[in-house]
Amino acid sequence: MSAVTDAVRIAAPGNPVTQSVRDSLVVAKRNLIRMSRIPEMVIFGLIQPIMFVVLFSYVFGGSMNIGGTTDPAVYREFLMAGIFAQTVTFATAGAGAGIADDMHKGLIDRFRSLPMARGAVLTGRTLADLVQTALTLFVLAVVALLVGWRTHTNFGEVLGAFGLLLLLGYAFTWVGALIGLSVRTPEAATSGGLIWLFPVTFISNAFVDSSRMTPWLQHVADWNPFSATVQACRVLFGNPGVSPSDAWPMEHPVWASLIYSVLIIVIFRTLAVRKYRSATA
Amino acid sequence: MTTIPTTTTPTTTNPEDVETHMPGAIYAEGLVKTFGDVRALDGVDLDVPEGTVLGLLGPNGAGKTTTVRCLTTLLRPDSGKAVVAGLDVLRHPNEVRRSIGLSGQFAAVDEYLTGRENLQMVGQLYQMKAKEAKVRADELLEQFNLADAADRTAKTYSGGMRRRLDLAAALVVSPPVMFMDEPTTGLDPRNRQQLWEVIKQLVSGGTTLLLTTQYLEEADHLAHDIAVVDHGRVIARGTSDQLKARTGGERVEVVVHDREHIPTAAEVLAGFGKGDTSIEDHTRMLTVPVTGGAKLLAEVIRELDARGIEIDDIGLRRPTLDDVFLSLTGHVAEVKDEEPGAAAGAAAKDRRHKKETAK
Repeated sequence: MSAVTDAVRIAAPGNPVTQSVRDSLVVAKRNLIRMSRIPEMVIFGLIQPIMFVVLFSYVFGGSMNIGGTTDPAVYREFLMAGIFAQTVTFATAGAGAGIADDMHKGLIDRFRSLPMARGAVLTGRTLADLVQTALTLFVLAVVALLVGWRTHTNFGEVLGAFGLLLLLGYAFTWVGALIGLSVRTPEAATSGGLIWLFPVTFISNAFVDSSRMTPWLQHVADWNPFSATVQACRVLFGNPGVSPSDAWPMEHPVWASLIYSVLIIVIFRTLAVRKYRSATA
Repeated sequence: MTTIPTTTTPTTTNPEDVETHMPGAIYAEGLVKTFGDVRALDGVDLDVPEGTVLGLLGPNGAGKTTTVRCLTTLLRPDSGKAVVAGLDVLRHPNEVRRSIGLSGQFAAVDEYLTGRENLQMVGQLYQMKAKEAKVRADELLEQFNLADAADRTAKTYSGGMRRRLDLAAALVVSPPVMFMDEPTTGLDPRNRQQLWEVIKQLVSGGTTLLLTTQYLEEADHLAHDIAVVDHGRVIARGTSDQLKARTGGERVEVVVHDREHIPTAAEVLAGFGKGDTSIEDHTRMLTVPVTGGAKLLAEVIRELDARGIEIDDIGLRRPTLDDVFLSLTGHVAEVKDEEPGAAAGAAAKDRRHKKETAK
């Protein structure tokens, strides 16, 4: 078995940034192959937001007062930015469960024993999740158009709104990564990744007019990073229900959304990579 | 390998090592690691000369896996020194990772990737070029008898195939130093045999290997040297023969046909034995340490026959590593819980079952 012992040449350590990018792409490719082999996951990920679109717009539409009208058509246009934003944040749970599963199966140990860039396993995972999120958003946008959602701005602004949504989703996958590395089982990562999303997405302007909330709750909603992205999307889509609040994130939603997302990425990426370095299955 | 009847103590080093002052391919000194108030490693010393196999033998929770994790950069010890392939593990972890292969307790392969995709990915993460990784994956698939299953997802593989794939992944860069943590745990006897063959071939090519196992037979089979670990310390070290010699050599085992004959048989054995006779009532088995070999065995048989004791089975037994463990630690290779807090009873039961099936 001489071939086993014939030393295979390993490339000398190159530029750390190049290595990091390359390793991240190798891991992202792995996760994308996985996704293509478990299409159920992608399909379930699609059904849920579509169900929300249909349920919210037909059940709630008509009883929701948006900008002084209870016209269901107005609510439907109002709703979509909220559903889009909620959908991208749900990618958190997937990222968390995936990473917890890798830990559980010993794959994280394998990766950690390889001479690869330290953050690449997590970056690769979050990048693959971003691809899935983009796919989900695309399908969801088509469904939204079918139920009557329209944009009233130019193409660039609409694209900008989707860009902000993807950035928010990417930021939240880093929160998921940290959760996945912190819990013992993939099941815990799934529920742990979802539970906190309910208050975050509901104490916001996503589904109701936040100006009708109790003052302290409205305050929370106005400063909620999630609300900033929703508000930014409504502005960029030209959809109704833009909050008249004078809280800074509501007055400058695009900037607020950008700043919040970048902050979340910086903070949670740092924490997650640190956690990864000492991860023990 | 010559068997020097020696009183090896854990701290005694090989004469060659003293002469050259060269640490082995794997070297550890005073490794300590605590988890909360559990002292998982309590000063582990190891020295594995290049091209040899060290079997790290001990029950669950003895510190085997923690030792491997410290040596493979997965865990940072609280104190102590570790050198692998001539590199300081604590100071140059990334360089160490280039020189080692690790095959863990679980087959760490992505089950949704094909065998080929798994190996290519690992190759690329070892910083091989995509094309090189591809060529290498093909070679390994061929070598490990996985060529036919190369393009099936690992999910469809049998347990033995997954282990082989895992081992192949650890060998992608033909690392000079290999670590295998309980490589055959959970495998059926046939697959275990196959994996042993693979490991033997690998070692014959000059790879230095540290192998942990709770199967005494496995250490006996594969390792040049054995280090017995218990409670986070190496409590004995030597070749299999040296360790066996320490436990006092041979024993006579008798199974009597009739339970009533046990006291008489015990009396007979006491006359020949060099120590206490142990009696297992339910199996009607008596065991006594002896010296004198086959000649003595014949005498024992004659004496038992003269007293009218019918025997079902009798034999001269050389000590197994189980006996070694018993005499070193005062307890059998008992099963303890790896993780504090887990249901101890259930886990112990499960392990016992595993052990039985392993034999």
